[in-house]
Amino acid sequence: MKISPPLTLAALLALAFTLAVGLAPEAAGWSQRGKSGNVFGMMFGDGRKLFANQFFTLADVYFHSGYYPSVFDKNSDEQKEIISHARGKKESEEDEKNEDFLGKPKDWIDAFGRNFKITKHTHLEHGTEREILPWLRLAADLDPQKVETYTVGAFFLREHLNRPDQAEAFLREGLRNNPDSCEILFELGRVYHDSNHDLDRARNVWELAVRKFLALQPTEQKESKLIFEEIVVNLARLEDEAGNYEQAVNWFHAAQKVSPVPGALQAQIDAIQKKIPSRQP
Amino acid sequence: MKKISALAGVVIKELYRRKDFYVLFVLTALLTFAAGAVNFFQDEKIIRYVKDVCLLLIWISSLVIAIVTTARQIPAEREARTIFPLLAKPVARGQVIAGKFLGCWLAAGIALVVFYFFFAVIASSREHTWPVAMYFQAAWMQWCLLAIVIALVLLGSIYFAAPSSTSTISFIIVAGIMLVGGHLNTIALSQPEPMQSVLAGVYYFIPHLEWYYLSDFVVYNMGCVPWIKVFGATLYAAAWTGIFLTLAWLGFRRKNLTT
Repeated sequence: MKISPPLTLAALLALAFTLAVGLAPEAAGWSQRGKSGNVFGMMFGDGRKLFANQFFTLADVYFHSGYYPSVFDKNSDEQKEIISHARGKKESEEDEKNEDFLGKPKDWIDAFGRNFKITKHTHLEHGTEREILPWLRLAADLDPQKVETYTVGAFFLREHLNRPDQAEAFLREGLRNNPDSCEILFELGRVYHDSNHDLDRARNVWELAVRKFLALQPTEQKESKLIFEEIVVNLARLEDEAGNYEQAVNWFHAAQKVSPVPGALQAQIDAIQKKIPSRQP
Repeated sequence: MKKISALAGVVIKELYRRKDFYVLFVLTALLTFAAGAVNFFQDEKIIRYVKDVCLLLIWISSLVIAIVTTARQIPAEREARTIFPLLAKPVARGQVIAGKFLGCWLAAGIALVVFYFFFAVIASSREHTWPVAMYFQAAWMQWCLLAIVIALVLLGSIYFAAPSSTSTISFIIVAGIMLVGGHLNTIALSQPEPMQSVLAGVYYFIPHLEWYYLSDFVVYNMGCVPWIKVFGATLYAAAWTGIFLTLAWLGFRRKNLTT
């Protein structure tokens, strides 16, 4: 029997089409990738989280203008400084010393090679902080569940670039992806409080953050103690600002329960308590 | 010298006749424009990531051009049997090596000039500055590195059978040195003997290509490296290029070209 090439082609095309129609509904269920909301999820699956961490690290590298330890240097696994910066931690002289990961040159090759490397520890400033944003945006796209990406990005947008609207939009996006995150709610409250001076919205968001914290498992609560302290201390200051002194004292008392230095908060409680009788006629 | 420059001229002509450079340049330009077109948080002033992407592509493209062009020089001449009429002329084998090296190096230099001009235009369109000295230093250092790489590939092309194997091995060596070459002494310290001595020995006996990567200075606007250090690095590159070319010449001198 002689096989006609056009007929063979037509038969194979018909077969491929029939199989595609028959298998397409089932094939959709074979992989979770197709269900992903974003293009990176479809392309990389869960592997995208590795890239997300890499991009987040790159944001920290940019923040240091390239002065950054490699995997071979000491301090390579330290906490990212953009995170501590976003949490309001000021750098001490001790920290500066610790970040001198290069140390003394080991030999002449190392010494000469340092002329071609960035060896000065600096941070981006005066608006150049914007340069870290592309990497944070990519990190958020690749791993929408990485909460730090949103809080760090929003902090720099709000605090250094004076863009509270963009910070709020980024945090809202983070909140849609992580609806139970008290860190994102806390940062959102800071946008309302510090930038928009909207005490009511800040209070609502922070109180929601407290409720989210209280709904966590005890082990998770233990891990998030630091953020809880920050939320309640900020709530206490907000109530003090709003003139609700008793509520402010209550929040400070709540903060004392989780604070590593409860004595330091006592001075603030005492200062507020002095205001309470002065308001009574 | 006339014979060497004539041989070099042929190699340069080959660069603009072949499509490699055009394809890589268009790819670099397209990817850079695509990166630059993305709007992050509605901020028009963000530029460093575009510079970073563009310089990375320039590095990859220039290495591909240099390695692939060099790797096929001697094997192609042998395969097409044009090496025999060439050597029948009053041209020494050492001059063939020198001519091939010079041609590949100049061709890579021409490609670098085009790439860096494109980079400067892209960077200045947002930064509104022309740090010419910084760009010149970065391009010069990269060209010095390419001299070492081209000499190394030429040496490889004498000993390895096919251009593909020469290219692959050269890429692995160059990437390996760029990524871990400068850290071998640190890695050696954490190893037991005799590995410690072996790694320390390798550290001192490899060309330190990682010195020639000045992209970070350009991306982060960190200014120029002291010129005297650049001069030192240039001498170091010249020494290693000389070593590889001499080894290539020694190998080629004894090479039986008929098999």
